[in-house]
Amino acid sequence: MTTRTAHLSRLGELLGRAYNSDLFWSFRHTPSAVVAAAVACVFLLLALLAPWVAPQNPFNLSALSLMDSELPPVWVSGGDSRFFLGTDVQGRDIFSTILYGLRISMVVGFASVLLAMTLGVSLGLAAGYAGGWVEALIMRIADVQLSFPAILVALLVNGVARAALPREVFNDVAMLILILSIGVSSWVQYARTVRSLVVVEKEKEYVQAVNILGRHPLFIAGRHILPNTTGPITVIATINLALAILTEATLSYLGVGMPPVTPSLGTLVRLGNEFMLSGKWWIVIFPSAALVGVVLAVNLLGDWLRDALNPKLR
Amino acid sequence: MSGYRATPLLEVRNVRVEYPTRTGPLTPVKDVSFSLDAGEVLGIVGESGAGKSMMGSAIIGLLEPPGRVAAGEILLEGERIDNLSRAALTRIRGRKIGLVPQDPLTSLNPLFTVGQQLVQTIRAHHEMSDKQARARALELLTEVGIPAPDRRIDQYPHQFSGGMRQRVVIALALCAGPRLVIADEPTTALDVSIQAQIIDVLKRTCRDHGAAIILITHDMGVIAETADRVGVMYAGRLVEIGPLRSVVSEPAHPYTSGLMSSIPVVGRELERLSQIAGAMPRLTATPQGCAFHPRCPKAFDRCKLEMPELVPAHSSQAACWLY
Amino acid sequence: MIPFIFRRLLQGLIVMLVVALIAFGLFHFVGDPVNNMVGQEVGGEIREQLRESLGLNDPMIVQFARFVARTATGEFGVSFRNGVPVSTLLLERMPATLELVFCASAFALSLGIPMGIYSAINRRGLLTGVIQIVSLTGVSLPSFVVGIVLIIVFSVDLGWLPSSGRGEVVKLGAWSTGLLTASGLKSLILPSITLGLFQLTLVMRLVRAEMLEVLRTDYIKFARARGLSEGIINFHLALKNTLIPVVTVIGLQIGSLIAFAIVTETVFQWPGMGLLFIQAVDFADIPVMSSYLVLISLMFVIINLVVDLLYYAIDPRLQIGGPQAGGGK
Repeated sequence: MTTRTAHLSRLGELLGRAYNSDLFWSFRHTPSAVVAAAVACVFLLLALLAPWVAPQNPFNLSALSLMDSELPPVWVSGGDSRFFLGTDVQGRDIFSTILYGLRISMVVGFASVLLAMTLGVSLGLAAGYAGGWVEALIMRIADVQLSFPAILVALLVNGVARAALPREVFNDVAMLILILSIGVSSWVQYARTVRSLVVVEKEKEYVQAVNILGRHPLFIAGRHILPNTTGPITVIATINLALAILTEATLSYLGVGMPPVTPSLGTLVRLGNEFMLSGKWWIVIFPSAALVGVVLAVNLLGDWLRDALNPKLR
Repeated sequence: MSGYRATPLLEVRNVRVEYPTRTGPLTPVKDVSFSLDAGEVLGIVGESGAGKSMMGSAIIGLLEPPGRVAAGEILLEGERIDNLSRAALTRIRGRKIGLVPQDPLTSLNPLFTVGQQLVQTIRAHHEMSDKQARARALELLTEVGIPAPDRRIDQYPHQFSGGMRQRVVIALALCAGPRLVIADEPTTALDVSIQAQIIDVLKRTCRDHGAAIILITHDMGVIAETADRVGVMYAGRLVEIGPLRSVVSEPAHPYTSGLMSSIPVVGRELERLSQIAGAMPRLTATPQGCAFHPRCPKAFDRCKLEMPELVPAHSSQAACWLY
Repeated sequence: MIPFIFRRLLQGLIVMLVVALIAFGLFHFVGDPVNNMVGQEVGGEIREQLRESLGLNDPMIVQFARFVARTATGEFGVSFRNGVPVSTLLLERMPATLELVFCASAFALSLGIPMGIYSAINRRGLLTGVIQIVSLTGVSLPSFVVGIVLIIVFSVDLGWLPSSGRGEVVKLGAWSTGLLTASGLKSLILPSITLGLFQLTLVMRLVRAEMLEVLRTDYIKFARARGLSEGIINFHLALKNTLIPVVTVIGLQIGSLIAFAIVTETVFQWPGMGLLFIQAVDFADIPVMSSYLVLISLMFVIINLVVDLLYYAIDPRLQIGGPQAGGGK
């Protein structure tokens, strides 16, 4: 089985190989994966280009008018063609708030996955390669943390930050705190996988050969062992991304995530919750739909990736 | 073959097994024909990948989908079994044809006692009460040589040693009373020291129950002890088939000669082990004509072009243009 | 067996101590406890006296030991938010959460296991395709969205079921149950589905994956070779082999459910421990937060231990030793 290393200088060659590879063949022939990837790309683009694509900047308070508030979507009677999906209680265009919210949700999602991956892979490498008490300590901590649901860990970190910082400061750094909470709550899987891979690879002859040549352990770990772990790590990361976005949305919905001034999709749902019972369903449904759409797309991609990279199912 | 013969127990006629793949069908068994009489022991030998296990799976109807019997017929007691419905096949398996698989460790369900597995099988094929089935199971366990069977019958597979487990497997294969037993590499997963014992148990119990055996293996030593007739498979075809003595001492096909001479004989001094040069062709790269010709020391022009059929040669039959 | 139990108990104890440490840390280092109690304006001397009386000037170890002792005896302190002892609050709300978790599990298992088995046996087929789609969306739906949609459809539009609260409850000693009243039962339906949906998809996928794996094993192949019918193979043999690992995972999931109840309780304003916790986080009500943490950890440790013991009890390979004497080879 070829190892899928990605050195910058060989990127071109790799892309060419990638197009013809088994993986891409499987991708092309799995309609759900193609659709999911397309949807995910659309969401990604929308999120990135939000400031230019959104019809209205919902955070520019001067552009809002309370006269426009609580308008239904354009296809329902009473709707206004300016506001495609309707407006919320402050007169903000729902479509625009969703775009900005999507942006925040995805930023938090990606960043926390990056954090978890960095943390988890480093600790896993350290544990696997160093062995001894280092490995024992890291793995015990991992085990203990694993017996608690991630959301509880995230809530805890969040709650502590809340208690430690005054409210105004908290609002400003809410995104960072969220990224930290979610990242810390999900490093364990990376660490465990990497560690077991390292333990196996460590015994292999090519590693022992380089070792004899006198290379520093860090070099061995980074240059030789790490590339072999990219496959499983990618799969974990994709699953984790969906989970991270969900966790952030849940935390925001519970009121301990992104504040209303810089809302993520979860915050929008929470704000719209109050209007659910009075029949103004669009304020809560559209952000929810956007959230589900993103997570679904990421999950489909992750599923396909897992099946495609699993040698047993080929 | 001369004189009047009763209908053979098993007849395999021009069977071809195919596996459709992304790049075209693979044919692990290309064209095999042979017959088996009641009570006979037929050994099928060949290297790994020659198609012997596939042949065995095809006979008992357990080819893994998408594999299938693409051509030919298989007849048991004169009736076709290769085109039966799933339900009919299920009735035949165990009752008419038994299987002794290779690995006794993974072939026994770890969560059920040996007795439970025996009773399940017996009652699936015969109208019997639980007690009667259990009594029958005890008899079988004694026959295959399990000591203290009344205690052992309620134990789990992991409590048995490797050799004992394989005896249990043999008991399971025979418990519904089949006329034919297919043993697929029954000793490969066992210690050399107990292989002979297990073969002995297999042969003895099958004889006592009147069952014929198709013994599939790559181990010539096992065949030499047990079989009445031997068939040699190469690249999905039978290249030689005949009585044990003939094939072993007077091999007709060059491949068989190569096989026989590559077996080191204890007590004789050898400079080097003789081997057949080259390797068996992969399924995707079978040469034209006789599949063995690239490695055959006696190959000539015709061998490269046409596929030989089984013809009488010496005291057996061989698929070779030499005859 | 005994050393195993002992080791697990020890492990559990260590976990609890670590958790206690974190909870203790919360109490003493996050914000000033004295500040939390009396506010900013109170003068220095009174603060000093308060510190002394609270024992805040004693060495850390002593304070920690005292904390552990108090927690172990069930004294969790007093809520900042409403001055009520935390233990009372927790005990009051526990039945609500536990009942919800129980109903959600029942829902998830009674539907998830059959669906998983069906989709493993009939690998291709219309219903299986539908089941797959349901399971995929189930994993992607955040539970609060599920709750909200259910409320919109069943409470707002159709008006069949209540959108919040527990309905009427009957007190049985210390326990209050909603299972004995019509309004209680009706109130349980939507929250149970909301909480259980995620677990439903998990169970279904797990059962399907396990069963597919089992159906590929040598022993199932051998069973087929012996002519056992598909019915017996699927529902007697494979099922048993499948359910054993599944049962343990499900057991561990219960802990997860208790945590996720936080979200469901928020959506439905369900008066359980989860809602209490969220209100505490929002208010920075440290005693409630840390007590909830300790209590939940205890529940998890106990559940983990029970599941491990259960595994031991069901799998014969773990009970009895290896090959026995009393036979040749």
